[in-house]
Amino acid sequence: MQTNNTAIIEVENLVKRFGTFTANDNLTFKVYAGEIFGFLGANGAGKTTTIRILSGLSKPTEGIVKVVGFDAMKQSESIKKNIGYMSQRFSLYDDLTVIENIRLFGGIYGLSNKEIRNRSDELVKDLGIENLRKRLVGDIPLGWKQKLAFSIAIIHRPKLIFLDEPTGGVDPLTRRQFWELIYRVAKQGTTVFVTTHYMDEAEYCDRICVLADGQIKALGEPSNLKHEYQVTSIDELFYRIVKGEDRV
Amino acid sequence: MRTLLFLIQKEFIQIARNKTMLPLIFIMPIVQLVILVYAADLNMKSIEYSVFDLDASHASRELLSHYDSSPFFDTQEQLFSDEDMEHSLKSGEADIVIKIPKGFEKSLMNNESVEVQFLVDGINNAAAVITTAYAQNILLKYHNNLGSSWLNLQEVQAKGIEIKSRHWFNPELDFKVYMVPGILVLLVSMIGWILTALNIVREKEIGTIEQINVTPVRKYQFLLGKLAPFWLIAMFELAFGLLLGRILFGVPIIGSVGLLFLFTAVYMLAPLGIGLLFSSLSNNQQQVMFLTFFFNLTFIMMSGLFTPVESMPNWAQYVNYLNPLAYFMPVIRMVLLKGSDFLDVLPNLIGIAIYSVVVLYLASLAYRKRV
Repeated sequence: MQTNNTAIIEVENLVKRFGTFTANDNLTFKVYAGEIFGFLGANGAGKTTTIRILSGLSKPTEGIVKVVGFDAMKQSESIKKNIGYMSQRFSLYDDLTVIENIRLFGGIYGLSNKEIRNRSDELVKDLGIENLRKRLVGDIPLGWKQKLAFSIAIIHRPKLIFLDEPTGGVDPLTRRQFWELIYRVAKQGTTVFVTTHYMDEAEYCDRICVLADGQIKALGEPSNLKHEYQVTSIDELFYRIVKGEDRV
Repeated sequence: MRTLLFLIQKEFIQIARNKTMLPLIFIMPIVQLVILVYAADLNMKSIEYSVFDLDASHASRELLSHYDSSPFFDTQEQLFSDEDMEHSLKSGEADIVIKIPKGFEKSLMNNESVEVQFLVDGINNAAAVITTAYAQNILLKYHNNLGSSWLNLQEVQAKGIEIKSRHWFNPELDFKVYMVPGILVLLVSMIGWILTALNIVREKEIGTIEQINVTPVRKYQFLLGKLAPFWLIAMFELAFGLLLGRILFGVPIIGSVGLLFLFTAVYMLAPLGIGLLFSSLSNNQQQVMFLTFFFNLTFIMMSGLFTPVESMPNWAQYVNYLNPLAYFMPVIRMVLLKGSDFLDVLPNLIGIAIYSVVVLYLASLAYRKRV
């Protein structure tokens, strides 16, 4: 990975409340350009809330949030131009073909017709789905859909991509292939911000952040964290943190 | 601008691929025009009537034969008691009972006044009024002919003033000519309103709207991308409906078709805006259908489709300012049947323009990209 010390995401004292419920409780962290940043947490820990704020879908209640150099409070539209986003709820258009989906999102991100054509060809070739070009997205298997959604989310070559539980519900083989895709874009210099609750996936990340009850409980490189907590796997680490046991 | 074209193209591909929407667009106008126009015919034919003839004379039979030969009156049943009479009305066997009193003929011959009684089923008051009018008309004719055709008496009475009405713009009072334009208004409004509302809420349900929200698509682009396709479909629907009305029912098109389309072009923003607003306020298709159902019913009943708005109480006429259908309903009839021109429809045009702007503004407020 080409991790360097330029922060692409800067979050300081982020608080998000829904009425009396605090979903994000005073989060502070940085994500550096080029790294794969894993965001872990049980269901309801506040992962999706954070990712929605970072991608400009939701406004922070308090705190400073800067993404690709723009303020999430005021410049969410500028953020949106520079990021990709793929959510756990699969969200391409089922009633459009593979090519039509690529074309639509390419067009939305302001690619020229030529760029759209070139990147479509490239994309279906990379994924090895040339034969599915004219198939409706609703008719292709889930694993392919996820990979396609990922590829479309980076069609405009963003600096940063958010993946909100991208591998939910897919088989282990596809999961592996998916991570190969993630590695490939990371190598090309795209920063990857990924949430997951597959702990084996956390091991693939450069750094991870463990969230529980809306707070950051641990943050660092997987190997360092394992050492710090004296555990052999992230799975174990996660279990300890979520159950509220302190480090040894 | 380019983004907008991509969004509109996407909508059209989806509409063309949708197995319910496309047939709906073509079949709905045919079904609505053909079935509704025929079924909602207010003209009374085949009035069922019963007779309680206490006189049983030459004169009473002569009178009844007038009813018998009328195209509007159907089967005639003889009754023999007041109980029969009541039963006949209660059971719905008769719409009207004609009771001829004893001594009917004698009174006529003596040139005395005599009363014939009509008992009319008043459950459907519009039908009752028409039935009574028809019945009276026949009685009157019989009365006027008394002198010359029967008994060879002198003219029983001097010819009174005869009132002959001429109905302008729909001289034969053809109900279809009146209904088709009204149904067309419903058609284009509902197509625009319901399709828009369902479309956006569906994107919410599936989650694709979130994917769009996270792209740089601007709010106005998204909303225009939704409105434009359904606006075009509604305009097409109007042309298609007009053509059908012309071919099937010979509905006259006296005024300018261009004017009608101009008005519709502005008007459509209102139902589309309402669809947008409702979809922004709802999270799923049930909610949006329920909202639509409630308002639709009210709007249609108050629009003047069946009953003239002028005869509604004042408060109802004020409520109608909120009813987009009520702006269009008079205009389409004025233009098609009367040939009204631009200045005639201008007040409604301005009204609906203001209405559209307000609704679209509210819809854009309600539609938020961010939570």
